[in-house]
Amino acid sequence: MQNTALLTVENLCVEIPTRRGILKPVDDVSLQIAPGEILGVVGESGAGKSMTGNAVIGLLDPPAHISGGQVLLNGKRVDNLPREQMRRVRGKQIGMVFQDPLTSLNPLLPIGDQLVETIQEHLPVSQREARDRAVAALDEVGIPAASSRIDSYPHEFSGGMRQRVVIALALCAEPDLVIADEPTTALDVSVQAQIISLLKKLCRERGTGVMLVTHDMGVIAEASDRVAVMYAGRLAEIGPVRQVLTDPQHPYTAGLMGSTPGASLGRRRLNQIPGTMPGLNAVPDGCAYHPRCPRAEAKCRAEPRPPVSGSASCWFPGEVKI
Amino acid sequence: MSALVKIAGLTRIFDVSKPWLNRLLERRPKAFLKAVSDVDLQIEERTVYALVGESGSGKSTIGKVVVGLLAPSEGSVEIEGVDLHRETDAAKVDHVRSDIQMIFQSPFASLNPRWKVRDIIAEPVAARGGDTKGLSERLLEQVGLAAGDADKFPHEFSGGQRQRICIARALASNPKLIVCDEPTSALDVSVQAQVLNLMSDLQEDLGLTYLFITHDLTVVQHMADTVGVLYLGRLVEEAPRDALFERARHPYTQMLFEAAPRIDAFGREVDPPKGEIPDPINPPSGCAFHPRCPLAIERCTRERPEMRQLGPARVACHMAEP
Repeated sequence: MQNTALLTVENLCVEIPTRRGILKPVDDVSLQIAPGEILGVVGESGAGKSMTGNAVIGLLDPPAHISGGQVLLNGKRVDNLPREQMRRVRGKQIGMVFQDPLTSLNPLLPIGDQLVETIQEHLPVSQREARDRAVAALDEVGIPAASSRIDSYPHEFSGGMRQRVVIALALCAEPDLVIADEPTTALDVSVQAQIISLLKKLCRERGTGVMLVTHDMGVIAEASDRVAVMYAGRLAEIGPVRQVLTDPQHPYTAGLMGSTPGASLGRRRLNQIPGTMPGLNAVPDGCAYHPRCPRAEAKCRAEPRPPVSGSASCWFPGEVKI
Repeated sequence: MSALVKIAGLTRIFDVSKPWLNRLLERRPKAFLKAVSDVDLQIEERTVYALVGESGSGKSTIGKVVVGLLAPSEGSVEIEGVDLHRETDAAKVDHVRSDIQMIFQSPFASLNPRWKVRDIIAEPVAARGGDTKGLSERLLEQVGLAAGDADKFPHEFSGGQRQRICIARALASNPKLIVCDEPTSALDVSVQAQVLNLMSDLQEDLGLTYLFITHDLTVVQHMADTVGVLYLGRLVEEAPRDALFERARHPYTQMLFEAAPRIDAFGREVDPPKGEIPDPINPPSGCAFHPRCPLAIERCTRERPEMRQLGPARVACHMAEP
């Protein structure tokens, strides 16, 4: 596994020092992505899923910083690279697609200029060739009449088209890994289906690994090969998507599935998880989920927290069903 | 059962022209956007009517017209037999107004940050000079918060708790009809489940009628009794929930259902919908859906389909079959 993985994240910890103590938005997370694989990262707001993506691509806002563990891309460490070297890796080897396509494009530049700039930054090609590549990239993501649209400004595109431009921008330097942070959350369902199918197609054709960060279980089920469920900065469960969603081992995954309206058809009431996710300044001892868990025992409340054994980080895996 | 809300021939037009000097210099005509166009629907008492549609379909506009935040351009909205925009008897209008309340999408923007929760919740009653003693405390407990929370400010609550406060405020004047505009789309799934459960419980206990506006089909399937599907300001299909989810008759509804991510559809390869929602300022001729419709014939480009009763459903399509 070690040799074949495209991305290996080992025991990653991110810390934010504050006046009231150190917050740990990402706490001891390990995961791997193989070439051509889509790993879904799912969790509620504050679970640390975006933070994990940002840590991998080296875009943590100070004072947040990686405080432990390592990130290996194609077997080489990238988490401790100097700024300038990391800048070369970013874009060239790791592409990023953000949630809001309007804020991730420069409104004052035509999209062609933004693509050409990115291509020339990372690949040794002439201006003309870069432009040809830009047209090809736009064509590939399904923008109609790419050669005439290349000089349009971002505001001249619809939301779905803008997201396609952002994907073209992330892919134009042919990265090995793409981190897509809620790429379809701001889009309508019909456009969302288009973008998901585009991501899957590109990933399959090029062998690009994708880390798909989202809160939508439906998107995860349709798009990803494996899924990682995060809770309070920790990995609750990780495994093949079908197995995790149909036979969840961690009670949190089971609770999450039960509270998704589509999954509990015909029931008058949804299963609800009592309480809310703890704030980062008040993560409980032991298993972070124990105050909300129906199965919790004394062992869960005490340190050490349950290790990830099998697919779930739980002392009693598989004992809570939806 | 009798209809609480009767909407007939409702049309709402917005003037989206540029300022007059620009129009003069650029020789442009005035531009109008028909956000809602000739919508007929009735909402039975003690039922949940869900309006579904993508952005720009006019679902929120209908909600705003129903509560009286916008005036209809044509057509009428009658609530308990009173047309709020034409009725001249002030006492009748006043009486009906107190029966309508609204819950908005963002629980962050819809609570005044400078007011204490007690004042926020009591405002609908206080504004009419009613007795508010102990009211907020009672309502807070009814929506699952503590009476002691009345002395707090909105920023001390999480998103789900704030939405509960919004629900408590909506309940303060003992309304019959609550218009809910995307009440859970800003919430995480586990919190969404709590809020949806609370809303169904309140509906049963208090005999409420909901006009539920959302884009999330899974929520519709869970909550609604009757579903209306909107496309570009027109009602294209209306049916009881089970009939609609069993078999959608309008090609747009079918497309929407096909595109929505499903939690049990692992690795499903969807043929994503073609095209995007057209420009509502210059909508296509005839049936607005014809440029994207797989069934479209020449007649669809000329003639706008009327609503037809097909089995349990009402469908606006030339090609739909019962």
